[in-house]
Amino acid sequence: MVSIEIDGKKIEAEQGSMIIEVADAHGITIPRFCYHKKLSIAANCRMCLVEVDGVKKPLPACATPISDGMVVKTQSDFAQESQKSVMEFLLINHPLDCPICDQGGECELQDVALEYGNDVSRFSEKKRAVVDEDLGPLIETEMTRCIHCTRCVRFGREVAGIRELGAVGRGEHMEISTFIEQSVDSEVSGNIIDLCPVGALTAKPSRYQARAWEMAQRDSVSPHDCIGANLHVHTLRNRVIRVVPKENEAVNEVWLSDRDRYSYEALEESERLLKPMLKHNGEWKEVDWETALERTASKLNMMVQTDGSEQIAAIAHPSSTTEEMYLLQKVMRGLGSNNIDHRLRVSDFAWQKFEPLHPELGVDLSELENLDACLLIGANLRKEQPLASLRVRKATRYGNIASIGLYPLYHNFDIDHEIITDAETWLGQLAGITKYLYQNQGDSDKEQWADAMDLEGLETLLEPITVRDEHRNIAEMLLKGEKSSIILGASALEFSYAGHIRLLAKAIANLSGSSYGFFPHGGNSVGAYLAGSIPHRGPAGADVEQDGQHIKDLFEQGKKGYVLLKTEPGKESVIADKARESLEQADFVVSMTCHADDEAFEYADVILPVASFLETSGSYVNVNGLWQDFAAAVSAPGEAKPAWKVLRVLGNLLNLKNFDYVSAEDVRKEVKGRLSAVGDRIKPKWQCPETLPRDGFAPRPVNMYQIDGWLRRSPSLQDTALAKGQEILKRPRLSPFHNIVGGV
Amino acid sequence: MTDANPQILQDLLSADGFEKVETWVSKYPVERKRAAIIPIMSIVQEEHGYLTQELMDAVADYLGCPKIAAYEVASFYSMFRLKEAGKYVISLCTNVSCMLAGSGDIKKWFKDELGISPGETTEDGIFTLKEVECMAACGGAPMLEVDKQYHENLDLDKVASLIRELK
Repeated sequence: MVSIEIDGKKIEAEQGSMIIEVADAHGITIPRFCYHKKLSIAANCRMCLVEVDGVKKPLPACATPISDGMVVKTQSDFAQESQKSVMEFLLINHPLDCPICDQGGECELQDVALEYGNDVSRFSEKKRAVVDEDLGPLIETEMTRCIHCTRCVRFGREVAGIRELGAVGRGEHMEISTFIEQSVDSEVSGNIIDLCPVGALTAKPSRYQARAWEMAQRDSVSPHDCIGANLHVHTLRNRVIRVVPKENEAVNEVWLSDRDRYSYEALEESERLLKPMLKHNGEWKEVDWETALERTASKLNMMVQTDGSEQIAAIAHPSSTTEEMYLLQKVMRGLGSNNIDHRLRVSDFAWQKFEPLHPELGVDLSELENLDACLLIGANLRKEQPLASLRVRKATRYGNIASIGLYPLYHNFDIDHEIITDAETWLGQLAGITKYLYQNQGDSDKEQWADAMDLEGLETLLEPITVRDEHRNIAEMLLKGEKSSIILGASALEFSYAGHIRLLAKAIANLSGSSYGFFPHGGNSVGAYLAGSIPHRGPAGADVEQDGQHIKDLFEQGKKGYVLLKTEPGKESVIADKARESLEQADFVVSMTCHADDEAFEYADVILPVASFLETSGSYVNVNGLWQDFAAAVSAPGEAKPAWKVLRVLGNLLNLKNFDYVSAEDVRKEVKGRLSAVGDRIKPKWQCPETLPRDGFAPRPVNMYQIDGWLRRSPSLQDTALAKGQEILKRPRLSPFHNIVGGV
Repeated sequence: MTDANPQILQDLLSADGFEKVETWVSKYPVERKRAAIIPIMSIVQEEHGYLTQELMDAVADYLGCPKIAAYEVASFYSMFRLKEAGKYVISLCTNVSCMLAGSGDIKKWFKDELGISPGETTEDGIFTLKEVECMAACGGAPMLEVDKQYHENLDLDKVASLIRELK
């Protein structure tokens, strides 16, 4: 620690910090454009010039490390003169088009110009004009407004890992450009809009929709992945105009993935279902809520009586809220059926009793960037968990990453050891690593060794396995890394021997002193487990009298009645064809959906319009078990109602007990109340599998913009190269040292 | 489209040229081999006359750097050409010393006699005129460079005879 003085204020700060960091931490404002706390220091805008005692020239606060006894003045005549001169230069070429600029009102240049700029320009020369870039359907450009801060360029290089933008040309001719006609294909591209301090890069879908000062800001949580990115939702007259990140260092830092940012479009741009619909003699008719719900209740009641409660089943999308899934299972279990599931993309349920209380990552999201070693199994992080991928990328500064998967994956970070395998030998590869670790137990002096598991039977299982070099390399990498982690992704969970993968991965974790966990599907799989939206456990992991059937059986054996919550199994299930067939053959299907073009119109009997995300209150639980609740940002269109209200009424119509909730919060309290009584009743178990089958099957992965009904109906996202599978597949070509810390 | 292919550059160069490229790369540590990007692009330009997107991509792939990084370098330095040029590229300095010593007249001579302004090529494809910044030969101002050769203390007669010789 050293002590310095800024504007007369005595401050103790960490040696090596830059003046601007210290000033920011103590609420002292220094104007800046190129500096951003999440990016490397460029010091090219010169806006942050300050006076330092004993130095004759003004110094850039963003690139000047503090030293003991330093006296900094940010407001002295000398400092202000310097800042004003820089401002004058920056405004030479910047157009005066603020009245038609989307950034107007929230523009860093505008704000700083008000403070530091002159009201009259001394330049009578022509301003330069720059031809716009076509960066694709998500980002609008007005490159004449660019002030060359290079934040967008550095974001690509340092954070996203895929550099598509660059500073082309020199001096007055410099332009930020892709140089060749090419869209920006990154899955986190929208962040450059937030980074851009001027109106050069703005959000294309919300262009000219509203002024910054007209909009109201409400907070929400993204439903598309289990990170649970925090959102600021900007609304105007009950319309969502745009979504921007809400800073939360523990979850999404300051970033959003493009699907978090642009999926709101589906709220208005898709065909919404506005009234309950009933199929009568093969014709769809609009009806009122009462008719639709009474019909649903009486039909469900009748089926329970005539066919038995095991003939009805409920399927929820894993991006439904915890409250919705809790009430759905409460209705089903009230009717005597445990047939409820949300695991649309899981095909192996043999080991479900061994699962912990809820899916978990085993390591805090914020700790992903500090891992020394990480083994990814079947995880295409960029496409599955874009924000986690940015964290893992940071880990490559010092740590090593290995990947085992079925396809060559285009990660945005360097992979040190990679095994591309096939369905037949996947388990064998994992067994190879396990065997090496098993044979070399106790050789490592790694601290924080995990509790040893009882690995009975492992030796026999591994006997025929040959340890190859690549297995040894990965095993050694895990042993060497002090903080090491095994993380499973979608392909591993979707594999037909997913249970085997999980058991082997857990053995690897245990033998190498690593944490173990996985990223489940959807935004709220964790909430689904806690709410009891699974056939083998009730809410908060409660025992059930008799296990219900899991989703695969529900579709493969076919049930007479189905209740669907925000899901189109024919597009989402791993056994989509089979799911559709069963739904088509069922006697009665009721679907709660937001969409008037839902596939349910082809097989359902009653379709109920429910509120979309951003239109309902509720909560999601992220992969670290973090509960995040939110209120509706806008109201649902037409007669659509939040699904928890629909299920509440349904529960009452079915004469089920305790369905008198006043708010989603009541429901949430009930779930949390039950959770507080769980204790350590549910412990994950491990048992050695008897064989390593070679006849596994891996379903085709789903495009990242196809995983839920909202994304499938977001026009701008569907227009991207990424949605069409036309993106240029690139890997970072540089060592992480170059990519993150410095270099071009 | 898939991953970058570092092999393409070799096919685009003569054996000699590629050997030179490899010599340059060997001068830098492996993880910093992109430092050789300027000499490599010079070699490529020498063989092909100018840098096309295909050539810049090949250099980027060969060095394992983002393609945009190659475009940045090529567009930044005035010695790299992104458009087809004439047989002889004449780099005329118009910085302060040369300007004071009469480079403006020489520029005008090129316009009057050959019909080309800076950045243009004669119709017969023989001469391209380029306006460049100081080439560190102020003592001999005004000056121009052609074919790696400096021509100093110029006047219009000297320029005219130089052009005749080259033709």
